[in-house]
Amino acid sequence: MPLSYTIAVIAIPLFMFLFLGLAGVKMSRKLTGVLGVIAMAVTTIIAYGVALTYFFGTGQDQVGADGVRQAVTVFNPAWLSFTDTMVVRMGILLDPIAAMMLIVVCTVSFMVHLYSLGYMSDHDGNAEQGFQRYYAYLALFTFSMLGLVVATNLFQIFVFFEMVGVSSYLLIGFYYSSPAANHASKKAFIVTRLADLFFLLGIMILSYYTQTFDFSQLVFGANGANDMAVAQSAIASAGGATFLGCSVMAWALTFIFIGGAGKSAMYPLHIWLPDAMEGPTPVSALIHAATMVVAGVFLVARLFPLYVLEQGAMEIICVVGAFTAFYAAAIACVQSDIKRALAFSTISQIAFMMTSLAVSSSNSAMIEIHGGTGLGYMASMFHLFTHAMFKALLFLCAGAIIHAVHSNENDKMHGLHKFMPITSIAFLIGCLAIAGIPPFAGFWSKDEILVAAYHKGFFWGLWMSMVAGMTAFHMFRIYFLIFFWKKHEIHTHHAPKDQPWTMTLPLIILATISIVAGFVPAHDLVTWNGKALETQLDWTVAGSSVLIALIGIALAYKLYYKENDLPERMKNGALGLWTAAYHRFYMDELYQFITHKVIFQGICVPIAWFDRHIIDGFFNMLASATGSASFAIRRLQSGSIQGYVYVYLLGVLLLAAVTMLCVLI
Amino acid sequence: MDYSQFLMMPQEIGLLLVFLLVFVYDTFMPQRSQDKLPLFTAILFALYAIYSFVPGQMGQAFGGMFEANPATWVMKNILNLGVLLVILQAVKWSNEDHVAIRRGEFYELLLLTLLGMFLMISARHFLLFVIGLETASLPIAALAAFEKRYYESREAAAKYIFTAVFSSAIFMLGISFVYGISGSLYFTDIATSIIGHKSALLIAAVAFVIAGVGFKLSLVPFHLWTADVYQGAPTAVTSYLSVISKGAAAFSFLVILTQVFGSAYAQVWEWMLYALIILTITLGNLFAIRQRNLKRFLAFSSISQAGYIMLGIIAVNTTGLASMMYYILVYIFSNLAAFGVIGVIERATGKVSMDDYNGLFRTNPWLAFTMMLAMFSLGGIPPFAGFFSKFFIFVGACQQGSVAIYVLVLIALVNTIISLYYYLLVVKAMFLRQDDCSVPYIDSHWTEEIGLTVCVMGIIALGLASGVYTRLSDIADSVTGIFALI
Repeated sequence: MPLSYTIAVIAIPLFMFLFLGLAGVKMSRKLTGVLGVIAMAVTTIIAYGVALTYFFGTGQDQVGADGVRQAVTVFNPAWLSFTDTMVVRMGILLDPIAAMMLIVVCTVSFMVHLYSLGYMSDHDGNAEQGFQRYYAYLALFTFSMLGLVVATNLFQIFVFFEMVGVSSYLLIGFYYSSPAANHASKKAFIVTRLADLFFLLGIMILSYYTQTFDFSQLVFGANGANDMAVAQSAIASAGGATFLGCSVMAWALTFIFIGGAGKSAMYPLHIWLPDAMEGPTPVSALIHAATMVVAGVFLVARLFPLYVLEQGAMEIICVVGAFTAFYAAAIACVQSDIKRALAFSTISQIAFMMTSLAVSSSNSAMIEIHGGTGLGYMASMFHLFTHAMFKALLFLCAGAIIHAVHSNENDKMHGLHKFMPITSIAFLIGCLAIAGIPPFAGFWSKDEILVAAYHKGFFWGLWMSMVAGMTAFHMFRIYFLIFFWKKHEIHTHHAPKDQPWTMTLPLIILATISIVAGFVPAHDLVTWNGKALETQLDWTVAGSSVLIALIGIALAYKLYYKENDLPERMKNGALGLWTAAYHRFYMDELYQFITHKVIFQGICVPIAWFDRHIIDGFFNMLASATGSASFAIRRLQSGSIQGYVYVYLLGVLLLAAVTMLCVLI
Repeated sequence: MDYSQFLMMPQEIGLLLVFLLVFVYDTFMPQRSQDKLPLFTAILFALYAIYSFVPGQMGQAFGGMFEANPATWVMKNILNLGVLLVILQAVKWSNEDHVAIRRGEFYELLLLTLLGMFLMISARHFLLFVIGLETASLPIAALAAFEKRYYESREAAAKYIFTAVFSSAIFMLGISFVYGISGSLYFTDIATSIIGHKSALLIAAVAFVIAGVGFKLSLVPFHLWTADVYQGAPTAVTSYLSVISKGAAAFSFLVILTQVFGSAYAQVWEWMLYALIILTITLGNLFAIRQRNLKRFLAFSSISQAGYIMLGIIAVNTTGLASMMYYILVYIFSNLAAFGVIGVIERATGKVSMDDYNGLFRTNPWLAFTMMLAMFSLGGIPPFAGFFSKFFIFVGACQQGSVAIYVLVLIALVNTIISLYYYLLVVKAMFLRQDDCSVPYIDSHWTEEIGLTVCVMGIIALGLASGVYTRLSDIADSVTGIFALI
């Protein structure tokens, strides 16, 4: 399939958004859904065709003579030109990570489209209002996300960054009559917008010095793959300018990372993601688990050579990533809301990817001189791929459970294994994959991340291994609490049961992918410089990580498989740690304090006072002065013609006299 | 005599021809086809207006008394457009029983005054200018008295002619002073002989000339006739007075001030005009706030608008000239839209009070919509044309560059805010006051609809089509000679 077909992958969702958005209300709900699913299926097929052609085709344009997989710019028309050199383009760029993202986005989006047919058909027993709107938003999001991953330049990425933000906002607030959903959507939008402000700043600084937005001039070399020499000259264009002791490029790249951290929910900008779970569950699977939240990782990977050269920025990413991974995993251990627990697990896993990117470049010489490999980069992208699949699976399972018991809380679930066997097995597969048990997908990608982390230093490796163990523990805690623990109490009129086939089929497909995805030869396909990477399993790391995961699972089994009071006693004995973690270490309260008490009280209230009294006062004064002046002069317009002529004459004489006084004397 | 000089005045000759044809139709056509006269005039005038877009010869004729240049050409075309709209609005009204017998005179006088304005615009000799001024003034008194069975109409005519004659006298006095100083009535001769001249006589002369033309522009304090005349005169005449007469006067004002008194700019008339602009804009606004009669209200609004037009003159640069012509063009569309709506409603129901417009949106949505656009445009709300015209006129004034002008622009801006208040009062009455609807549905005549549609399109399109201003700006740049003395 010719690579230029990518345009269809972008265009179909956009068209579907416009079509469903405008004509949807005129159509029946079923027709809208089916049309949406069919369109997405076509999109997915084309995307697979393009991506497979890119990876396995032998055309000269994607694989150079030296066996390097190149970045192919399919087309790239100018959109806005600021100056002759600085032109904003809107185009399509295919390189290994873009092609991989096409597969990820389209697969998950298609699964979610299909799944939503069943899931969104009713809302608490009533026919869902806004079914058409839902599919239109899904199409909008898919379009935005695809436009983001194939972007040819930073500005395009920024535009689509905002657009995924908007579609995320719309979908989180889909149940707009619920106050919680409203708050959550606003929170998500505001937090990510704040981060995007930094992103924009970073873009401005970067483009100011390099005079370009295009990746082809920032990171891609003559052979079409990431090239350190090009990145070097881009960095050098700043001429060593510094700001507050750091080079301006480090500032720019850090700002860009903050933008990515907002979308990818890195500490401390993670606060919006758990709340975003107020949206429909399939949306959480698509946006807040598999695709949009990895946009930040994708962004850093896109500018990887620049980050390698600015180690300061990379260190920040590394520390933030490692801390977030631990922090979120800890919180996930105590959450009682199934979706929130999954959300924190997602945050932790994305942080894994970020850290992996960062450790990959711990020593730029490692990449260039010592035959270094950029293992972390590959592992990060690989994990992005596998995680998208099994996390989408887990969310869709959670959706099925919520659909069955009409609640998000663990204590309404318990013992569902008997009632929902398919879901239970699918969830188990997802848990095994995320815990890193061979041969499930997560094992292969996580193992390589750990290897890369140990490359950077023993501490980093150990830290990440510990987080991996916590992941295994908290995932199986959820699993056991939902499906076992005690006999299920039937709260609703009907006993929970497995779902219709439109919901089951995506679970089965994603579960299958979660089992086999680990065998995708990522080290051949998705590497930073387009060359195949030699890897072998590091048995020490693999063995120890499996052992840690098993310990975590065993612990979860001991605590949560059967009803017992051990968790309760541990909770009470944990010196408030449990409560703190349950309340997410009071980060939300801290934000609340800073925004409400410090910013609102300290800055906004005085400004509001100034506005109300000084600004408004000025205008009120103007208004009342105008009114009274208008009243005072009303006699001038007497209606008597003699009076008019007097005023006329007086006016002209006064005019002449005053001018004479001024000019002649 | 070199008759080829007449080639420089195709617009005047064409207009005269239209007038003669209308006159012949009025006099010789049988009674039964007389009610077609308004339509005949409209079509004939439309053809003429299109024809006059063909530029004639440029240059000076009759020993330098008459000048045709691209700016005068485009200004006359703008006025033609406005008059065409006025005629379209008057077609239905002039066939009403109580005025039908005199409708021929209405159009003939209208065309004659326009001819006088063309002479004002092109005159480069005070004699010709005065002829133009009087031709443009005196018939208006007759037009104002057109509905003579109404007391207000007669009163308007009396007040107009009295003030007009008075201001003419003042103007003549000013010119005689100028003649005394320079010994000539040619603009160029006067200009050369007053270079470096600084005397009480010259200052008095300038003040008198400004007062004379300021009367036509209704600048404060020469404006007091405006409200009474606008209120009393038939609406078609009022709209004619408020835009056409004002546009012609503004352009010739610019010509006189720059080409005759240009060398005395900084010492004399800059400050006079400065004071007049502040007075005009502010007092016009202050009076407008209190009005409940829409025609009176628009009278004061037009006084205030004249102040903004003067900003284009005080700028004394080509941007000022271009923005002034653009302002007049936009003002024609906006004000004629407003007067058009008022005219339709007054013709059908006789109501002109703002309270009668309460809930107009419910019974006459299109009229209300047109009126709203007109108010938005007059108030300078983007993206309508009125915003851009105000914007350009401020830009032109700011290019002049002195601090005093910045202060002036600031005052004008503050006044824009005040004016928004009363323009929005009308919109509020039409859209938000839904308690009573005193105006029933009105079936407007198709000529009125064409006129209003053109106005609405102008209000919307002129703001978005940047080509119009660019074209005017090019034309203004081609006549830089106007500002040679500054």
